[in-house]
Amino acid sequence: MSTPENLQYTKEHEWVRIEGDVAVVGITQFAADALGDVVYVDLPKAGKAITAGAIVGEAESTKSVGELFAPVTGEVVEANQAVIDSPELVNSDPYGAGWLFSVKVESLGELISADAYAALIAE
Amino acid sequence: MLVSDNLKLSPLDSIHRELGASFTDFAGWDMPVRYTSDLAEHHAVRTSAGIFDLSHMAEIYLTGPGAGAALDYALAGTLSTIPIGRAKYSLLLNDLGCILDDLVVYRLGDEEFLVVANAGNRFVAAEALLERARGFDCVVRDESDAVALIAVQGPNALDIVSGIAGLSVDGLAELGYYRCLPATFDGIDVVVARTGYTGEDGFELYIHRDHAVALWRAATVAGEKHDLLACGLACRDTLRLEAGMPLYGHELSTALKPAQVNAGRVVDMTKENFVGRQGVEAGVFSGAAVLVGLQSEGKRAGRADYDVTSNGRTIGTVTSGALSPTLGYPIAFALVEPDFAEIGTVVDIDVRGTAIPATVVSLPFYNRKAR
Repeated sequence: MSTPENLQYTKEHEWVRIEGDVAVVGITQFAADALGDVVYVDLPKAGKAITAGAIVGEAESTKSVGELFAPVTGEVVEANQAVIDSPELVNSDPYGAGWLFSVKVESLGELISADAYAALIAE
Repeated sequence: MLVSDNLKLSPLDSIHRELGASFTDFAGWDMPVRYTSDLAEHHAVRTSAGIFDLSHMAEIYLTGPGAGAALDYALAGTLSTIPIGRAKYSLLLNDLGCILDDLVVYRLGDEEFLVVANAGNRFVAAEALLERARGFDCVVRDESDAVALIAVQGPNALDIVSGIAGLSVDGLAELGYYRCLPATFDGIDVVVARTGYTGEDGFELYIHRDHAVALWRAATVAGEKHDLLACGLACRDTLRLEAGMPLYGHELSTALKPAQVNAGRVVDMTKENFVGRQGVEAGVFSGAAVLVGLQSEGKRAGRADYDVTSNGRTIGTVTSGALSPTLGYPIAFALVEPDFAEIGTVVDIDVRGTAIPATVVSLPFYNRKAR
């Protein structure tokens, strides 16, 4: 299973890509596979202040529901409208077009490296 | 990923690993939850065909001159009078008239019946049948470990099963729903039944586990030109939900009597004596929950154990729910107070803190004949 090296991860199976002072957030391939076909996403809206570790949304599949945790503290810049309209992007391209939301970062939460995440999901 | 060594493996396990399935612990069995995509597998069964491994199901045989009478005593329905080659849905009740399991019973011969029980209730069903058959002239055998079950379901199922190389069966096309036929596959006995749990036309093939892999492969070859897709238990759940079929542990349990779950018709009160009769006769207490179908708008589905509310008061519980892949809107089974069971009643489902309106609708949610 692919775990891109250029990303950071959380133990809640999210990925974070830091671009300047903005963090782009999605869920990992492992999480998407475990959920099954995602049919609905509830994402935090632009302007919302979020706190690392708090539940900020959910991704729902035919079988189950996964909660989305904020991996960083800051203000939401954008929720990915393409994923709201076509939730299957989370399964087909979790690290690309299936990104979920972006955040102007005040502080990072507890993030782990690609290697550490790969080890976590291999357990 | 590690495979826990205390899970039972299907006789078809090697095929599932070859196909790259994801697995789930289902009643102690390591079974495929999906091969590729829940939705693709669901749609395949509705539009072409899917092949399922159901070898976790329990197969219990009753043979002997008293087998029919034993089943009439042991189960809620009358089985002794069904003709050879027929199947019948039935319930196993306890002394209180509550539901221990739901089953399909096939009459294979004058003195031979096959009872198929849920995997999670294998020992409950086998022990109850053994106990209840005492004093009747018959033998009860739990053959669950020896028997594999492969289902081919969907509009193309007949074309596929009739094209399985090595499967010798007469009268397949004429075989009616809930009927079964003896057949052979490369000389090995197979029971071919026109039954299923998907709401589509389809077949279930019972065969000794040693020959299951060969039969699966032959069915897969026969399915190549009919868009046959390997299907996991995830889509089986959404298929049966759309078809309005209950799942033990969700819609059925030892806390419920048949009348509460639209299964009163399964109980034959004209029989003089059967286990659970007095409990059924005693009826249900006033206000006992009843099973309904709920339909809502949008995309957010109620899930098992979510509250059903009316004006903020909890009046029931969702037992199963999903965004219906075929219908495109959320559907659910729920147990609700009888005052809220009438078709058209509007209630709310508490979806993780948000009240989502839902309407009581008639079952099934999906009917292939009405399509």
